[in-house]
Amino acid sequence: MSIQRRTLLSAAAAAPLAGGMARRARAQANTIKIGVLTDMSALYRDLAGPGSLRAVQMAVQESGITQRGINVEVVSADHQNRPDVGSTVARQWIDRDGVDVIIDVPTSSVALAVNNITREKNKVMLNSGAASSDLTGSACTPNTIHWTYDTWMLSNSTGGAMVRAGGQSWFFITADYAFGHALERDASEFVRGAGGRVLGSVRTPFPGTTDFSSFLLQAQASRAQVVGLANAGGDTINTIKQAAEFGLTRGGRTKLAGLLVFITDVHSLGLQTAQGLVLTETFYWDLNDKTRGFSTRLALPGGAKPSMVQAGCYSSVLHYLKAVGEMGVAAAKASGADAVAKMKAMPTEDDAFGAGSIRADGRKIHPSYLFEVKQPSESRGAWDYYKLLGTTPADQAFRPVAQGGCALVR
Amino acid sequence: MDDIFGIPAPLLFGQLLLGLINGAFYALLSLGLAVIFGMLNVINFAHGAQFMMGAFVAWMLLEYAGLNYWWALILAPLLVGLFGVLLERTMIARLYKLDHLYGLLLTFGLGLIIEGIFRNQYGSSGLPYRIPPQLSGAWDLGFMFMPIYRGWVVIVAAVMCLATWLVIEKTKIGSYLRASTENAALVQAFGINVPRLMTLTYGAGVALAAFAGVLAAPIYSVNPQMGSNLIIIVFAVVVIGGMGSILGSVITGFGLGIIEGLTKVFYPEASSTVIFVVMAIVLLARPAGLFGRA
Repeated sequence: MSIQRRTLLSAAAAAPLAGGMARRARAQANTIKIGVLTDMSALYRDLAGPGSLRAVQMAVQESGITQRGINVEVVSADHQNRPDVGSTVARQWIDRDGVDVIIDVPTSSVALAVNNITREKNKVMLNSGAASSDLTGSACTPNTIHWTYDTWMLSNSTGGAMVRAGGQSWFFITADYAFGHALERDASEFVRGAGGRVLGSVRTPFPGTTDFSSFLLQAQASRAQVVGLANAGGDTINTIKQAAEFGLTRGGRTKLAGLLVFITDVHSLGLQTAQGLVLTETFYWDLNDKTRGFSTRLALPGGAKPSMVQAGCYSSVLHYLKAVGEMGVAAAKASGADAVAKMKAMPTEDDAFGAGSIRADGRKIHPSYLFEVKQPSESRGAWDYYKLLGTTPADQAFRPVAQGGCALVR
Repeated sequence: MDDIFGIPAPLLFGQLLLGLINGAFYALLSLGLAVIFGMLNVINFAHGAQFMMGAFVAWMLLEYAGLNYWWALILAPLLVGLFGVLLERTMIARLYKLDHLYGLLLTFGLGLIIEGIFRNQYGSSGLPYRIPPQLSGAWDLGFMFMPIYRGWVVIVAAVMCLATWLVIEKTKIGSYLRASTENAALVQAFGINVPRLMTLTYGAGVALAAFAGVLAAPIYSVNPQMGSNLIIIVFAVVVIGGMGSILGSVITGFGLGIIEGLTKVFYPEASSTVIFVVMAIVLLARPAGLFGRA
């Protein structure tokens, strides 16, 4: 008797709740949930971080998708550059919070971990921040699109330019994790392919190395003509700063090749130290009216200009929501692979990267730009940092599909 | 060319010298920690953040007040030391009678908050700070190209360590300090203001961290996480040297810098780990540290 009464009571209590749950379930069914998984607290924060989140929010706004009755919810988290933290967040997001698509994910080791999870759960990863070309090579999945740049593209553009300029012998200072290894491997292939030699490399612990002078000295002792920096963010800044201090490039015999340098790094170094550095990006805020307009609309705090990673977050979310609009929320939520397939079938178009497309292996393609950092006297002010040296057209900028070893295109 | 263990001798000398330079930073930072722990029994986990503040204050002085490196070298430790005094008076002083753990948690929390505030304000990729013109340039030592600034760092750090040691071991105020760590009530009974002595000691420890921060500003990127990268190593240095032992932390600081420098040549991947391996071995053999009293 008492049991019956308790059941009755709880059922009565739960009735309005159940109504609420049904309403919430209906709202959920019509809601796309985007998770921005990025570095909010350490060395990649400025080139991704809160700026990536802002770019995603702007993409949602400009997509006009909410006017069509589709809700979009954006959440974000800090992966602290640790694969274990990134994996845990990704699983919680997907299993508990119903996240449909994970954006950005800088730090290749974290990206490769999340790559497996989105595939296993049939969700979507639109990667803008990570560099490893393995994401569209040996680790490619039908659920991942690698948006902005990769190690092959960087090596092809910066590495190729350095070898053509006479830098025949190379020594690498490599961050000791997935990204650094991939960048060193891809760049070495270019150097050897162009008839150059790789004299050696040194692996620096990541994260946590602040003093690179010892590694610079080893590079100097190798007598290589080019010291290739296979690192990123704060590591690159410290290496370049200390290379200047130790007179590595004194006399012009040795050149530094910053294989991955972002505009935020140049800003941090200051033109005095960074001038003359040759680097490759796929986005620069001052390329044309559209990129300038995009950067103004994004309005990052303190007048900062967006990095290519942040631009990639914007561009990828815009395109994803376009695909969702065409295929419907239910279908997009049901299968991440279908959503990605739809995205691949549509040409891309946005203010940050112009017209582009996505290949079968998940590689988004667009032109890459070779820049040289201006001298202080050439710069008109803060963030006016780059001179365009050359453009690699979209179809040549990235690794040919057949060479990547991606299982999707065999 | 002469080889030592397969490494060309000039390269090895260069690495030893670099190790010594890094050791100077370790020594200077662990000195402040040792002073604070030795006198106050507080494990100051905010030390890294205070080191970072020193570098940032140097940058701010240049950016907003136009005051150069030399001014910063004097003003930044004073300002950050004053901030330390404020922390001690308002918060840390309340914890002296409690377990070490409370002081550790409080200062750890404070460190995270300070770091977070700077990160929100200035981002994470760092700010440019140039080597003062008087110290830019380099000496060609034959076996390596030695930036003058790094030489300056070693000398200043060594002088600072020696001065601190002299103050604590050889002066009257130092003797008050040592006495009050042994028996604060008795020293107070002699008419010495022990709480004020404690406050000033904390302030001085923090000022040492800030001083190291100013020294670091021109060579490392001035960013909010610059302290947290170093502080773990510095704690290992203090533990190896013996908690609270001033001489121990200085000698260990320089020594570990050299060991780390050599690891960077022979097995670079392990260079961030080697100090902790040494720490584990030392703790197994001598739990009180190399120079600590059990």
